[in-house]
Amino acid sequence: MNEGIRYSKKIMDLFLHPKNVGELKDADGVGKVGSAVCGDVMVIYIKVAEQAGKKIIMDTKFKTFGCAAAIASSSMLTEMVKGKTLEEAEKLTWKDIEKALDGLPLVKTHCAVLAIDALKAAIKDYKQKLKGEKE
Amino acid sequence: MRRIYLDNAATTHVAKEVLEAMMPYFSEKFGNASSLHSFGRETRDAVENSREKISKKLNAKEHKIIFTSGGTEANNLALKGVAFANREKGKHIITTKIEHDCVLNACKWLEKNGFEVTYLNVDKEGFIDLNELENAIRNDTIIVSIMHANNEIGTIADLKAVGEICKAKGVYFHSDTCQSFCKVPIDLKSFPVDLLTINAHKIYGPKGVGALVIGEGVKIDPLLHGGGHELGLRSGTENVPGIVGFAKAIDVIKEKDIEHMKRLSDKLIEGFSAIEESWLNGPKGDKRLCNNVNFTFRFIEGESLLLYLDSKGIAASTGSACSTRAVEPSHVLTAIGLSAADAHGSLRFSVGKDNTEDEIKYVIDVVKESVESLRKISPLTKK
Ligand SMILES: Cc1ncc(COP(=O)(O)O)c(C=O)c1O
Ligand code: FES
Repeated sequence: MNEGIRYSKKIMDLFLHPKNVGELKDADGVGKVGSAVCGDVMVIYIKVAEQAGKKIIMDTKFKTFGCAAAIASSSMLTEMVKGKTLEEAEKLTWKDIEKALDGLPLVKTHCAVLAIDALKAAIKDYKQKLKGEKE
Repeated sequence: MRRIYLDNAATTHVAKEVLEAMMPYFSEKFGNASSLHSFGRETRDAVENSREKISKKLNAKEHKIIFTSGGTEANNLALKGVAFANREKGKHIITTKIEHDCVLNACKWLEKNGFEVTYLNVDKEGFIDLNELENAIRNDTIIVSIMHANNEIGTIADLKAVGEICKAKGVYFHSDTCQSFCKVPIDLKSFPVDLLTINAHKIYGPKGVGALVIGEGVKIDPLLHGGGHELGLRSGTENVPGIVGFAKAIDVIKEKDIEHMKRLSDKLIEGFSAIEESWLNGPKGDKRLCNNVNFTFRFIEGESLLLYLDSKGIAASTGSACSTRAVEPSHVLTAIGLSAADAHGSLRFSVGKDNTEDEIKYVIDVVKESVESLRKISPLTKK
């Protein structure tokens, strides 16, 4: 609790200049996780399109209330999933985010976990909406 | 890059004159103050002159000054030392919900060792209710520990009123005055305080030195046993340069510095008040410590604002400065009624005597910009 926190340059760069901030008005899936009480809330928006029989994440955006690591993790996640198929995106773990950020302080791993959870929630939301349309 | 330090409640730099006073006591006058030879006598004199000076500052002729390794140790000594020495009287301790962690965690430890602790509530500005205090004092209450100025929100408690209640009820009164010492007058002749904690690194003195001021007749056991230094209450070879620096530091902050800090703090408060969905925590006016500004900026998280400001050279603090970050929201802000979400969105700016009006103007502008940028990223923002 008292050892202080040091972030990688990558995290600081992304935190100060995050990519893909905002909302997608016509999102196909929205995932919201965390709670303001715990000091972190993340919302991920995805836009999905079918190309050659594959479902591809065409666009993503995010909004985050949280620490620098949470903001950097969500920004990194949106960059990582853009252009990926749903199957590929579902395989991502918090460790992939950690690696892409050049490491995360130990007490901050949950911020990357939160980003993955938000993505999963967005994909789930998309699938549910799809099911709803078919029924 | 321009760097602006607004974290003087966490610590201050060592003033030049303080450093100069300390320097001879490292290599030149290095004797052990307990030694009988001339080397020892010269450092003994330095220690005793320092004690005398601090005693005068507090008007504490009847008290003894026990030098410690800082505020944390002095608070631990006061609580544990008095609790254990007075076990036959009782097992009950009273404190507040907004004390520094070193008081709260010492109390938690005492609870694990058979003592009972009442944590008094505070109102939305951080003041205790004197009636609640009076009603909380039991026959088996040993000690009441209530801080003078709060380190997070700057609330100044009425030491005189609390002391009089404790005196009338026959219980010891301890106060942690690390934040107020040399900024708010403390006169032990007219304030009935039995034990007082002070330290040096908030008043332009060195880190790692403080003192517990103990009234006549107070029954207290030491934490550290050894060669019997400091009247047997704190064994260990005295930190002579630290003690000399401490005594020098009590002259650093002048009346005009207090006025200057107050003016700068008021400027910050005025500037931040123009930001929407934001407010000052703690009281306004003369019940507020001259250099503390604690603000909630809703919808953003304190650590991210702190780092954003840091990237522009501005140093502030979230919650209690002594622990960089607990995932828990500040216990002080939740005690004054802030929701956890709002407590997470709060920052403390504590000015120093050397900050300038120009710096304050820059800080207000940068904070406005930064809050706006972070709110754009936040999903909690209403817009
Ligand atoms: C109110 C208060 N009490 C105690 C302490 C601890 O003092 P030290 O750092 O000297 O141990 C601090 C700050 O550090 C403080 O602000
Ligand atoms: S958002 Fe919880 S610590 Fe990063």
